[in-house]
Amino acid sequence: MDYREMFIESLSTLTLNKLRTGLAILGIVIGIGSVIALVSLGQASQKAVESQIQSLGSNLLTVMPGSSQEGGVRGAAGARTTLTYDDAKAIETSDAITTVKSVSPEYSGRAQAVAGRNNINTSVMGVTPLYAKVRKIDISSGNFINDRDVTAVSKVAVLGPTTAADLFGEDVNPVGRTVRINSQTLSVIGVTVSKGGSGFQNQDDIIYVPLTTVQKQLFGVNYLSTISLEAESEEVMTEAQNQVGYLLLQRHKLDDPLEADFSIFSQQDILDTASQVTGTFTTLLSGVAAISLLVGGIGIMNVMLVTVTERTREIGLRKALGAKKKVVITQFLTESVILTFTGGLFGIILGIFVSYLFSAFMSFAFVVSPKSILLAFAVSAAIGIVFGLYPARKAANLEPIEALRYE
Amino acid sequence: MIKVSKLSKIYRSGEMETVALSDVSFEIKKGEFVAIMGPSGSGKSTLMHILGALDKPTAGKYLLDSANVVEMSDDELAEVRNKKIGFIFQSYNLLPRTSALKNVMLPMVYAGVGKEERRIRAEKYLEMVGLKDRFYHTSNQLSGGQQQRVAIARGLAMNPSILLADEPTGNIASVQAAEIMDIFQKLNGEGHTIIMITHEADIAGYAKRIIHIKDGRIAADGTNNRQRKI
Ligand SMILES: Nc1ncnc2c1ncn2[C@@H]1O[C@H](COP(=O)(O)OP(=O)(O)O)[C@@H](O)[C@H]1O
Ligand SMILES: [Mg+2]
Repeated sequence: MDYREMFIESLSTLTLNKLRTGLAILGIVIGIGSVIALVSLGQASQKAVESQIQSLGSNLLTVMPGSSQEGGVRGAAGARTTLTYDDAKAIETSDAITTVKSVSPEYSGRAQAVAGRNNINTSVMGVTPLYAKVRKIDISSGNFINDRDVTAVSKVAVLGPTTAADLFGEDVNPVGRTVRINSQTLSVIGVTVSKGGSGFQNQDDIIYVPLTTVQKQLFGVNYLSTISLEAESEEVMTEAQNQVGYLLLQRHKLDDPLEADFSIFSQQDILDTASQVTGTFTTLLSGVAAISLLVGGIGIMNVMLVTVTERTREIGLRKALGAKKKVVITQFLTESVILTFTGGLFGIILGIFVSYLFSAFMSFAFVVSPKSILLAFAVSAAIGIVFGLYPARKAANLEPIEALRYE
Repeated sequence: MIKVSKLSKIYRSGEMETVALSDVSFEIKKGEFVAIMGPSGSGKSTLMHILGALDKPTAGKYLLDSANVVEMSDDELAEVRNKKIGFIFQSYNLLPRTSALKNVMLPMVYAGVGKEERRIRAEKYLEMVGLKDRFYHTSNQLSGGQQQRVAIARGLAMNPSILLADEPTGNIASVQAAEIMDIFQKLNGEGHTIIMITHEADIAGYAKRIIHIKDGRIAADGTNNRQRKI
């Protein structure tokens, strides 16, 4: 019996009980589908995080309040008030610092923003003019915050495009209109160019306000949440990190670097941590998907066992007429592999479709790696063999005369 | 050709022991036409299954063309069933929902006979048993006698030297029974060794030799001097 015949024969057997065949296949479709979808979701979010961080520029250093813990991004809880505007000014003016090009002190918080009848919760960022340079922000209409706005504690605001659309409607230029934040009325002086991106920090859904205004008028604080620094070049990043660290230790009257009440990260540090997080996330999701695949495989085994029991007489007859063990095993393995392979095929289609939906609705990149598709095919065939082998062997080991007597 | 000596078969299920065969010895030569007779439960089917390499005896020897069948592996037994023996079951045992032609081709599939050759041979044997116009009928579209004839054609498919039939006329009308005996006598005339079980004396009358079994033992074994001819 050649393989082509075996294949045709298996197909015709499988089509005899379409519902059962369909349900068995469905288990694999869902398993493979979720593997493909979740893996590509994981990869897409990883890409999104990476590209967002990289879009900030590779010469960027970030100073955060709180001590660093073994290179992690998290700061110590509580100590959030140690960085001040004066620290930032000192970094800018100190002679000891030779490798930093621009300094951008920042305070970020969340607040309700109201314009007319529109009321949204958004992120409010207190900045100085250099923020635009350090973070590579471009203006699409109006102006960004200037030095006078900062010194005069002006009540002005620059909107991210998403915020602008949410507050004033699409295709409306909000420059000249006003927005109320924490019972202060700010006039809109500009709108930034969309940076795209999404996820943990949407740079389009944001309101920029002069740092002094944010600290004194909106939130009533005297500290910073971050200081962003642009190093002279990528090569001097470590030096810049050391120079700034030393200066801040001095200013904060600390001798031991281990007691530092601030931490300095490069983009690479943040990227590494973020990749680690999204990587763990991807692995976790794949694990969940793998379990659903396992369940699908057990479904296949179940169906094959039922098939073998149901067809005991037929198997007995085939053996009585001269079918050897290998032939019987191959016949049943062919059936289970057809089931899982078909399931794999539809699962891949489903997975790609779901990843596409993810990418469309969550503005992620649409990534489906050919590697994961090939792997899915291999895995589904392997599941057919692994979970089909026990039922197939059971069939092959039936005693012909007992099988024929089976009712 | 067939030589069994001191054959016994004991079925065990839990505490229960059933002695189906004990101390059965005989020899059957090429070209014989043997009928095995005996009351129900006397061990005829058990004996036939052992002769057909479908089952193994509890004790005793079975030589088939001087090969020791008792010591064969499962796959070797499958080979013997496929090539040397045509087995015709009492309950036909055709594949359901499958055409007569495909049923007859089945043993040839396992022997690795090519597709064209299979078809030619299956058609030939179906014609021989008088089912020329029933090639594509499935089992449930055929009468008992017709199904029995498909089973005979299948038994002949590999052109085996031995044909074993367990009550081939048990479930069919006597007119059709006579037709089947006619087929058997023709096949015997062509050189096939035929062993059939029956509990009807007139059917046994078509054979050349009759072995009587009672309670798992051979009660009588002799030539049939008044062989019936159609
Ligand atoms: N699988 C089995 N398990 C237990 N006892 C069996 C089995 N097959 C047959 N027997 C017993 O063996 C005896 C002979 O059976 P069998 O060979 O079928 O007789 P016959 O074909 O002459 O009617 C009977 O008593 C029957 O009940
Ligand atoms: Mg019987």
